[in-house]
Amino acid sequence: MTVAATEQRPGARTRESNRLIRIGGGLIAALIVIAVAAPLLAPHDPEAVEVSRVLGAPDLAHPFGSDVLGRDVLSRVIFGLRASLAVSIAAVLGSFVVAVPLGLAAGYFGRWTDSAISRLLDLILVFPAMLLAVAFIAVLGPGSSIAALAIAVIYLPILARVMRASTLIVSRNDYVSGARARGASHWRAIVQHVAPNALGPAVVQASVLAAFALQLEAGLSFLGLGTQPPTPSLGGMLADGREVLVQAPWVEIFPGLAIVIAVLGFTFLGEGLRRALDPRGVAE
Amino acid sequence: MTAPLAFDDVRVRFGAAEAVAGVSLALEAGEIFGIVGESGSGKSTLANAVMGLLPGAATVSGSIRVDGREMVGLDEASLRTLRGRSVSMIFQDPTASLDPTWGVGDQIAETIRAHGLGSAREARTRAIALMDEVGIARAAERYRDVPHRFSGGQRQRIVIAAALANDPKLLIADEPTTALDVTIQAQVLELIDRLRREHGTTVLLITHDLGVVQMVCDRVGVMYRGRLLEVAATADLFERPSHPYTRALIAARPAAAKRGARLPVIPREWSVESLEARESEGAEAADG
Amino acid sequence: MAELLRVENLVKTYAAPGGFFGRRRATALGGVSIAVARGETLGLVGESGSGKSTLGRCILGLTRPDSGAILFEGADVQGLSGRRLADFRRRVQPVFQDPFGSLDPRWPVGRSVREALDCFGIGSNSDRARRVADLFARVGLDPVFAKRLPSQLSGGQRQRVAIAAALASEPELIVADEPVSALDMSVQAQILNLFMDLKRDLGLAALFITHDLAVVAHVSDAVAVMQQGRIVETGSADAVIDAPSHAYTKALIAAVPRPRPAFRGG
Repeated sequence: MTVAATEQRPGARTRESNRLIRIGGGLIAALIVIAVAAPLLAPHDPEAVEVSRVLGAPDLAHPFGSDVLGRDVLSRVIFGLRASLAVSIAAVLGSFVVAVPLGLAAGYFGRWTDSAISRLLDLILVFPAMLLAVAFIAVLGPGSSIAALAIAVIYLPILARVMRASTLIVSRNDYVSGARARGASHWRAIVQHVAPNALGPAVVQASVLAAFALQLEAGLSFLGLGTQPPTPSLGGMLADGREVLVQAPWVEIFPGLAIVIAVLGFTFLGEGLRRALDPRGVAE
Repeated sequence: MTAPLAFDDVRVRFGAAEAVAGVSLALEAGEIFGIVGESGSGKSTLANAVMGLLPGAATVSGSIRVDGREMVGLDEASLRTLRGRSVSMIFQDPTASLDPTWGVGDQIAETIRAHGLGSAREARTRAIALMDEVGIARAAERYRDVPHRFSGGQRQRIVIAAALANDPKLLIADEPTTALDVTIQAQVLELIDRLRREHGTTVLLITHDLGVVQMVCDRVGVMYRGRLLEVAATADLFERPSHPYTRALIAARPAAAKRGARLPVIPREWSVESLEARESEGAEAADG
Repeated sequence: MAELLRVENLVKTYAAPGGFFGRRRATALGGVSIAVARGETLGLVGESGSGKSTLGRCILGLTRPDSGAILFEGADVQGLSGRRLADFRRRVQPVFQDPFGSLDPRWPVGRSVREALDCFGIGSNSDRARRVADLFARVGLDPVFAKRLPSQLSGGQRQRVAIAAALASEPELIVADEPVSALDMSVQAQILNLFMDLKRDLGLAALFITHDLAVVAHVSDAVAVMQQGRIVETGSADAVIDAPSHAYTKALIAAVPRPRPAFRGG
């Protein structure tokens, strides 16, 4: 009843979530700039083999050192970021674009539409993520676009369920019924009222999933199922560096750090968005 | 004799906003005292201040004495020993007050055990007696039933039973019947009235509804913008309201007016409406 | 008075939780019949779970009944589509209880009021802006409020906007579901006055759904009392409130808070 008693300094919360969004968003933006401008930023050709520099330690010309084949690790990390980010962002975006309409339809129309869509998504959810990805690649062959597709399919039920849940809640609002009564078609009610109000949680989830996608892509490339050599990818580099971890730790450390930073960026962004969009503002 | 509950110049601030702006009041033993007000009047804040249930951002000044004991500034541990023992509180939504996964009888017994009063067996016997007393049929059989197996009115009865388990001197009821249907509301109010008589409990009843006040309260205070505008015996308040705001509130009720006639509207300077709008404008300006 | 709306033997059941294979069903409407004349306010009173809101949603075409007829000016409105459905929608408009939930939180409230004009294609583009301003004035709001978001208005102001949005398509019947229950006492009186003004000035008919007998008695010409999916009593407001015949109506009236000296101990 008493307004003053229930509202707890919303300012502090907003500042906190804004800071998270700024840090996370800044990290991701910086990494994307690096990835896009890779040809300009990389000091060397990432695929150029230089026998004299095999497992060379970091120095001024090669700040991150060189790998088993004498390739410049810094250049490979920059290009590897490109492949890894491309796969994870493409996967999540692809998944999002399909999941949002599915979730909207299931949540808004309910009944058999909901049953049909939910059963279909359950089918995907039955399998463990990695197994599903490996199965995909076994059928379609390895490669970064197949990895992206596999990850997109894995995330489809997760995103669609989140979207369905928020759609269910938003659809129950009287402004949706009211819009229908004011002559709005189902299409208009969904596009104008339900989708904009229900999208928040799915955006948050997508940001969090992007962090996992990056790790999943790295995992697949590590297993040799994702981005194919000689194109550098962060996961592939981890696989290469594993055997020389003791003699030349830089081969392993720098791609590892890049993954950590990207994952942190997506996680901060997701957490910040979640706090900013949470209507009750009470973060568990 | 010391008053079961006494406020002396109580103020509650949330940052710059003063939700309660100097309330002084003493309850008499065994009475039902109603505090009536619209949203933003500070009535719930006042009630929560007694139990130390305000959010951390709130600062309380003045004195709140329960049976002579000062509550303002009391540490959390001492408050906890008093809650459910000397003072109990019930709220609008009984569902939120009950654990959905526990049997209701165990929850009442838990309140007894929490204060170390009696063995498990005694607590159980007493819980069943209490359920019976608040009008839950076949109390022993329903002891283990979870809250959702009861209706809203029954749940509020169970919450009342738990609140009275340790025979507190004071019961604070914050909008206890607002979520209930009118027929159930009447029954629950009658229950509160009967129990306070049998147990000698003093009741502070917070409500937005003048009808509820009229039905059970012995005395009533009208709150507006954090202040107590007037305090009167219930019958006197309705017959001879002294404050213009009270007069307007009483006249604005559809029940009080001639059917189909325009209802007298509360003068603009007293309207919650204009205050609310001014506040949201202020919030808007602060955001920008 | 000419009949505007007639509901005949409306039945609506829901799948009840706990039943196997959804075979157990709960009855929301167990054969309900009501009639509203042109310009008349019918008060529909009942407690939670009585089915009164379901009835309102069926009339608005937001919930599909299992069986029964909903006749608007004598023609069944179920199964309408296209232009004829739009025409029916234009003439029957809702006002809901929660003024927080009835306006899109992301839209300036003027846009919500304008939505009906856009959807039903009423007036030219420039015409619509003027109409929105007129509608704001009609419900007692300064048109500058049109640019505000719902969160920047008070509860009463939001309910006025919701009423303006309902009036935009110049309806003949308003289905108002607990339109004043969420409002403060001082604001409730203002909104009830607005409803009575609209009825008088525009000849609007209304189905006024509420749990509050005092409100129903005040605004209604006729009253229907609903209990567990059935209408148990119906008649003129004076007859039902002053001389109830059904036991449930009597119980409802007895439960309305009023001073009862015998009840109050001292």
